[in-house]
Amino acid sequence: MRLELAGITKRFGDLVANDGIDLSVEEGEIHCLLGENGAGKTTLMNVLFGLLHADGGEIRIDGEPVRFSDPGDAVRRGIGMVHQHFMLVPVFSVAENVVLGFEPVRRLGFLDRRRARAEIRRLSAEFGLAVDPDALVEHLPVGAQQRVEILKALIRDAKVLILDEPTAVLTPQETEALFTIMRSLVAAGRSILFITHKLKEVLAVADRITVVRLGRVVGHTTPAETDEDQLAAMMVGRSVELVVHKEPARPGEAVLEIAGLRVVDDRGVTVVDDVSLDVRAGEIVAVAGVQGNGQTELAEAVTGMRAVAAGTIRVGGRDLSHATPRRAIEAGVANVPEDRQSDGLVLSLSIADNLVLNQYDRAPYARHGARRLARVRADGERKLAEFDIRAPSAAVAVGTLSGGNQQKVVVARELSRPVKLLVCSQPTRGLDVGSIEYVHRRIVAERDRGAAVLLVSSELDEVLALGDRVAVMYRGRIAGVVDPSVGRDRIGLLMAGIDAVAPPPGGAKGESP
Amino acid sequence: MSAAESALASPSPPGTPWWRRVLAFVTEANVAVVTLLAVVGGLVVGALLIIVTTPATLHAWGAVGRAPGAAFATSFSTVGNAYGALFAGSVISPSALGHALTTGRGWTGVFTPISETLVSATPLILAGTGVAIGFSTGVFNIGGQGQLIAGALAATYVGFGVSLPLVPHLVLVVLAGAAGGALAGFIPGILKARTGAHEVIVTIMLNYIFLDLLAYLLTTHPLQQPGQSNSISQTIPMTARLPHLFGSTLRVNLGLLIALAVAAAASWFMRKSTLGFEFTVIGANPSAGRTAGMDARRATIAVLTISGALVGLAGMSTVSGTDFFLSSGYGGAVGFNAITVALLGRNRPLGVVLGSLLFAALSTGGRYMQAVASIPIDLTTVIQAVIVFMVATPALVREIFRLREAGAGKILLFTKGWGG
Repeated sequence: MRLELAGITKRFGDLVANDGIDLSVEEGEIHCLLGENGAGKTTLMNVLFGLLHADGGEIRIDGEPVRFSDPGDAVRRGIGMVHQHFMLVPVFSVAENVVLGFEPVRRLGFLDRRRARAEIRRLSAEFGLAVDPDALVEHLPVGAQQRVEILKALIRDAKVLILDEPTAVLTPQETEALFTIMRSLVAAGRSILFITHKLKEVLAVADRITVVRLGRVVGHTTPAETDEDQLAAMMVGRSVELVVHKEPARPGEAVLEIAGLRVVDDRGVTVVDDVSLDVRAGEIVAVAGVQGNGQTELAEAVTGMRAVAAGTIRVGGRDLSHATPRRAIEAGVANVPEDRQSDGLVLSLSIADNLVLNQYDRAPYARHGARRLARVRADGERKLAEFDIRAPSAAVAVGTLSGGNQQKVVVARELSRPVKLLVCSQPTRGLDVGSIEYVHRRIVAERDRGAAVLLVSSELDEVLALGDRVAVMYRGRIAGVVDPSVGRDRIGLLMAGIDAVAPPPGGAKGESP
Repeated sequence: MSAAESALASPSPPGTPWWRRVLAFVTEANVAVVTLLAVVGGLVVGALLIIVTTPATLHAWGAVGRAPGAAFATSFSTVGNAYGALFAGSVISPSALGHALTTGRGWTGVFTPISETLVSATPLILAGTGVAIGFSTGVFNIGGQGQLIAGALAATYVGFGVSLPLVPHLVLVVLAGAAGGALAGFIPGILKARTGAHEVIVTIMLNYIFLDLLAYLLTTHPLQQPGQSNSISQTIPMTARLPHLFGSTLRVNLGLLIALAVAAAASWFMRKSTLGFEFTVIGANPSAGRTAGMDARRATIAVLTISGALVGLAGMSTVSGTDFFLSSGYGGAVGFNAITVALLGRNRPLGVVLGSLLFAALSTGGRYMQAVASIPIDLTTVIQAVIVFMVATPALVREIFRLREAGAGKILLFTKGWGG
């Protein structure tokens, strides 16, 4: 099946999200749609999937113009979509989720589970989509949930599969596994429209590439004809630095001192186990590891968001082991949380309000229990410029901004006050190249100013680029603290829990760069 | 209206003539237009109901083939009479006004309807504002009835149990009303904060508890009126009564001014106070509030306590303003109508005041309409219900009146979900 988009235009009020976009996906190819956040990629896919209606242009399948009034139409014409945020019922099994809305029934309307399972097993085997049809979705890791989403599309006989930012939530290993699946799908004659802003992935997997910027197509190319620098330049309209420039760290006193820390998760399982780690002023300690090895909980414990079961956390000499988030903030801990939309921002409130979310009741933003709104607004406008937040004004709701600009609001808030310790969890997840570059520069600047930085990231590139020391976590413990120069392979082994070299005396604590 | 919304309220580019902006505003499905059209819709439905339920108009329509003009004329005059009576009974009566102007006497009669409307609006404003503060923080306080009874009970006890000069006594009565309601709001607050019990369930159940508590107390000393076998409380003395504002015959009293002051204070509180901001943040996204160092549990307790205090004031305002004693089932539907006016006013105190006035006018006018035009008072209940129904379904109003969709950020849907 050959899918063509011709001159697709979609406006939201005065904003032109898609401006005459042309694109075609041939049978059996992986076509990458590359663009920054806010470039109009998701809008285009929603038009293609019948969720939005184009104001102009047409969609053609094998040369024949089609109109989709809803996703059902798109599915019937062989288009399948895997959304960025999964649309699964957590308490249902894999098989139930896959056939939902499409259930094979026996006589009298009973659900034919056996047939559903058999069908899933057949597709799993054909395309290497390893997943147990009887597992409950809520117990599956993110990568497996994504495979369930793909199965959902395949069982509805999708010929063209749209994957919207599929790697944003995956570990490097899961990403590799996804690419293998994608290749087997196109080998079997299906087509994939792969939406991303990650350059490495585009070059690794694409047959053809279409780059969009500000709602327009800026060029079509192939991996053979281009490289990362050129793609990045096309994407953002200027050349970007893909490496972080930083001077060697000049660490001072230990600011964050963690000793014998144990943290349990909501189910009572120990997720951080006897962790000891120091972060000194003027250095970045990057915590690496495959997602789910306790890094998130470590950051939560340090910021007061999660109770400490045993051990101590000290910041600048003050004991914060049992501190509330508020006391941690007052002690000079800045927190860029992992999930900015659920923990970092109130999407319905203005940028200005979000910029003072943890300072709203303090001078100069409040006096005697009354907020000083003029001051909040004025400071908000000033920070738009200072932190390069692209928005018409600070009075606009944060929810209307792109992901990159939302993250800049969080960073602006956290770095607008004197900070002793900066804790960043996945600070660039889901961001575009320009915003990643910006956030990285800010983190390095904060280090150079003398703050201690604890960076939690599952992006190995980020860990290697930013970390002055790298602490690798595996199953809640620190598998080793190494210099980033030891290289990917050694760190990769530590992430997998394999330590070729015996740890130095004193365990994880205090290995100098 | 938040800053974000007002920034989006005029999407027209600068330089557009003012009348085009006005036209753009009134043809868009924004909050003000939808609410106004909901009122229009309610009145239209009411008019149709009057036509199909009045024998005279039905007869005229039965003969529409022979005298089509008569059918329309009868319909118009019946509906006109009914709505004329509704207006005369709730705002001002043109005939009484004419009489007073020509004779110079009977001015009291002119102002009685509006006074009665203001009297029944008073508890609605207080309770509606209380409920609205809860709603805008994501706390669904359905316990208006119970908190109103608690406030009225406390005010009554302090009213007949304490003997003081007018001003200090009245201050004490008002404070007691607020304190009684606050206590009734604190209970679901602390239960939610400590145990996670859902406030909707707890407040509904507390309604029954307070209703029965009141019924019990009304049969026991010292609340029950001595020498009475009926469930009626002692009458509160003059020093515990809210003074009338315009002479003894018009019942409108100090309670109205208290209600307006409370609504103004609530408006300031939600927009400009630090605690109000904390409430807003926690209502919109509790986990972001927690990350920013806010204490969601403390806020939950505070919201329900404040909300209860305002509803308690509503109970005080009726017992001390117009009734002067308690009877079983006190407060009637005010606790629930408060939820309705909060919805109608979209949780903004000014909106609650306007919504309360509208609802109060419909019920006071309805009584007069029943007496004068022989239209059952239930009609006003239908009108109220249609208005609320349409306010709660903005998409329907948009379809009926063919309005443009409101811009991004102006989210109209209010009854989204009852946060778990």
